[in-house]
Amino acid sequence: MSGVQVSTTINGDVEEFVCHPGETLLDVLRNRLGLIGAKEGCGTGDCGACSVTVDGELVCSCLVLGAEVEGRKVTTVEGLADGNKLHPLQEQFLDNAALQCGICTPGFLVAAKALLDRNPDPTEEEIRYALAGNLCRCTGYDKIVRAVDAAAKDLRAEAKKAAKKKAAKKAKKA
Amino acid sequence: MAEQTYTDQEFKVIGTRPRRPDGVDKVTGRARYGADAFAPGQLVARVLRSPHAHATIKKIDTSKAEKMKGVKAVITSADLPDLTEGNRGNFDILENCMARGRALYHGHAVAAVAAIDEPTARKALKAIKVEYKVLPHVTDVDAAMADDAPIVQPHVQQDGKPSNIANVSQFGHGDVDGGFAEADVVIEKSYKTEQTHQGYIEPHACLASVGPDGQGELWVTTQGHFTFRTVCAQLLGMDIAKLKVTSSEIGGGFGGKTHVWMEPLALALSRKANRPVKLVMGRDEVFMGSGPTCSTSMDVKIGAKKDGTITAAEATLRYQDGPYPGPWGMLGAMTSFACYDLPNVKTVAYDVLVNRPKVAAYRAPSAPMAAFGVESTMDLVAEAIGMDPVDFRIQNAAKEGTRASYGPTYGPIGIGPTLDAVKNHPHMQAKLGPNQGRGMACGFWFNFGGQTCTDLNIGTDGTVNLTVGTVDVGGARASMSLIAAEELGISYDKVKCNIGDTASLGHNDTTEGSRGTFSSGMATIFAARAAVDVLKQRAALMWEIDVDDIEWKDGAAHAQGVAHSNLAPLTLEEIAKKSPQTGGPIAGHNEVVADGAGVSFASHICDVEVDPETGSTRVLRYTVVQDAGKAIHPAYVEGQFQGAAAQGIGWALNEEYVYGEDGRLQNPSFLDYRIPVCSDLPFIDTEILEIPNPNHPYGIRGVGETSIVPPLAAISNAVSNAVGVRLDHIPMSPPRVLKAIKDGNGA
Repeated sequence: MSGVQVSTTINGDVEEFVCHPGETLLDVLRNRLGLIGAKEGCGTGDCGACSVTVDGELVCSCLVLGAEVEGRKVTTVEGLADGNKLHPLQEQFLDNAALQCGICTPGFLVAAKALLDRNPDPTEEEIRYALAGNLCRCTGYDKIVRAVDAAAKDLRAEAKKAAKKKAAKKAKKA
Repeated sequence: MAEQTYTDQEFKVIGTRPRRPDGVDKVTGRARYGADAFAPGQLVARVLRSPHAHATIKKIDTSKAEKMKGVKAVITSADLPDLTEGNRGNFDILENCMARGRALYHGHAVAAVAAIDEPTARKALKAIKVEYKVLPHVTDVDAAMADDAPIVQPHVQQDGKPSNIANVSQFGHGDVDGGFAEADVVIEKSYKTEQTHQGYIEPHACLASVGPDGQGELWVTTQGHFTFRTVCAQLLGMDIAKLKVTSSEIGGGFGGKTHVWMEPLALALSRKANRPVKLVMGRDEVFMGSGPTCSTSMDVKIGAKKDGTITAAEATLRYQDGPYPGPWGMLGAMTSFACYDLPNVKTVAYDVLVNRPKVAAYRAPSAPMAAFGVESTMDLVAEAIGMDPVDFRIQNAAKEGTRASYGPTYGPIGIGPTLDAVKNHPHMQAKLGPNQGRGMACGFWFNFGGQTCTDLNIGTDGTVNLTVGTVDVGGARASMSLIAAEELGISYDKVKCNIGDTASLGHNDTTEGSRGTFSSGMATIFAARAAVDVLKQRAALMWEIDVDDIEWKDGAAHAQGVAHSNLAPLTLEEIAKKSPQTGGPIAGHNEVVADGAGVSFASHICDVEVDPETGSTRVLRYTVVQDAGKAIHPAYVEGQFQGAAAQGIGWALNEEYVYGEDGRLQNPSFLDYRIPVCSDLPFIDTEILEIPNPNHPYGIRGVGETSIVPPLAAISNAVSNAVGVRLDHIPMSPPRVLKAIKDGNGA
């Protein structure tokens, strides 16, 4: 089988790989690049365990071909933390016991981040519908929704603080 | 164990809610599950499955596949000789892993290949030619009991004739007929429940490696790596000690990962190819080829006096087991009336074989269905005598000293307190609107202890490695670390809990029956106490005093008595630091058969709204009250309650195996077998009661299973109250609810 050569950016790093034309992005991430955070729960786009973003858009990586990410920006759960600083979503998932077995957790974190990136102040209903493409069989979603809500608050506080700092800096400059 | 009371114990760290020690790995994608292991030179395996519900396999031609480039091994049942020496249970596992001359259900494995990559493996499967002779099949539990039903397993007989009835179990006491004669009201009703799957998000996955020297390793997602080791070694003719099984992180199990489904195939392929082999099920294979729970049909009869006293209760239960007999009917018969104090009670259960996948344990296996029948009938009786359903249950609730319907006499139990909590819960006061209804129901589960082996090693810096042999299905490492910290008197973050592989610990029974925290918790306590004995001896050496003069308190040795008043306490860390000079490593070990598991009860309340146009039901409010005995890490206890309730909600309203006339499973995908998603559910309120189990040093009962028992009935009672018609068929999917409304009775 002839391979397809692909050049892409994953979690900020340039990655080059060769894959089969029919190989999914999920298989490329897991089997070729060693990024095992995305999981295969169904392979048919029904469970969301393989969620990643491509150019900021939430996708099931089992429904995207590896060859399709040529020249694009892919973010996986491995790209969520900033160095050794966990993302507020990761912190809140831990503090709220929002994971039991943890197999769906990477997908939920990626999907929740995609939600908060476009809607920093979601209602409970908005959180529930934004995460409806991710299956969790352990938690009944209760603590996941609470964790996302808490992380949204943290992120808003962070943003407010950053804006204040920026304004102060600007004022000082002026 | 010494007699003592465990009520009102003072704990320092037990009952707190620290972060789980494996948490960072699980939120960063580093944690390694079944499919996340890779070995140099590994092959990819795939399994060929029967397209027929029941067929004789006349011939399998693998020659073309074997010759394909990149194919390294092909196996059929001919490569798995029967080494089970008359052990029927093991033979059933072997035959279920790969059909032997006869395919018994749609999805039964018939051959497997290992190839250099997945595309090659898939091509090789297509090149295998199987010649089938299709046989008559049966998939319905009631149809399978008919005299003219196709026989699933000819060796299974009743009265000297082949039969699909594999077991008949009976429990009870008293004079049931006399009891019904005394009743003012007798309600008798039949119910059905459809087959559901545990629905763990992680498919079965393993990485097997067996060399020509007969030694092997198996990395696998399992609830019982020690059991898997024993079964796999026996089926493959390996020495048990030469097969090392490591349990990966487990992506959900709920009982479904207590059974060996495909691992012997991976081991056999690896042995044949002399290369590591990775085998991962697709989601369709999980549904078709790994065990769901039983579908059932049942008749329940309860009689009561007008004052609310139940005079007699009886149930006849028919559990569908797939092609292999299990304990499922028996468990249904034992659990059905366990919540109540009954003078006259009788349950009879049948295990019935059909052409569906082998049934596996699913969280409190068999109890939810029986509870659906019993708790629905309880509501009908309460209504008939004009009594509040909660008061009716309170009046008849089992208590300490009650002879359980399945035999034993209860010690201190929590059914009464959970019912009192329900009666007083604010949920009961919430206002209901049009098309809305409220229901409640009770549930029981035994819980289990079993063989357990634990190691605790103290490092020279005073940190502790705790190794347990039960798996961490949802925060167990946190609970075990809390227990070790409590016993040793050190802080939680000084303990590192590991899940030991089969080469590092003695046998541990499978993590089932809500036994993880109960039994490994018990073994951890005893291992820590053994380590404390060593710590005291070392302190005695360091101080040159008698060990009897030393007390362990708050993480330090304290010298007792006026003679030693000049000796400042020696902390665990100080003693550990000196250990190389005082006798070497400090450790505690414990092996135990953890008897005395405490029975567990839950009562649930549920509010629903039913759309009369579509028959669709929405859960508006849900409250779980359950007795935990002692909640070690309350956040994960709540999580168990919520998760169990959510699974019950899916079971009650939507989940169902759908079989066609051809005996084929119609919906083996998460699209067509729809489990609850985030937008389907409300927040699930929880109330943890703590009625200590007198047989556990901390009073632990085990919490994982009980709360899947009440939801079927609680929701059915709520839906029935909302639509004014009694529902009697689970799941209450929109078409069934619509039909019930239209017919004016159960679907």
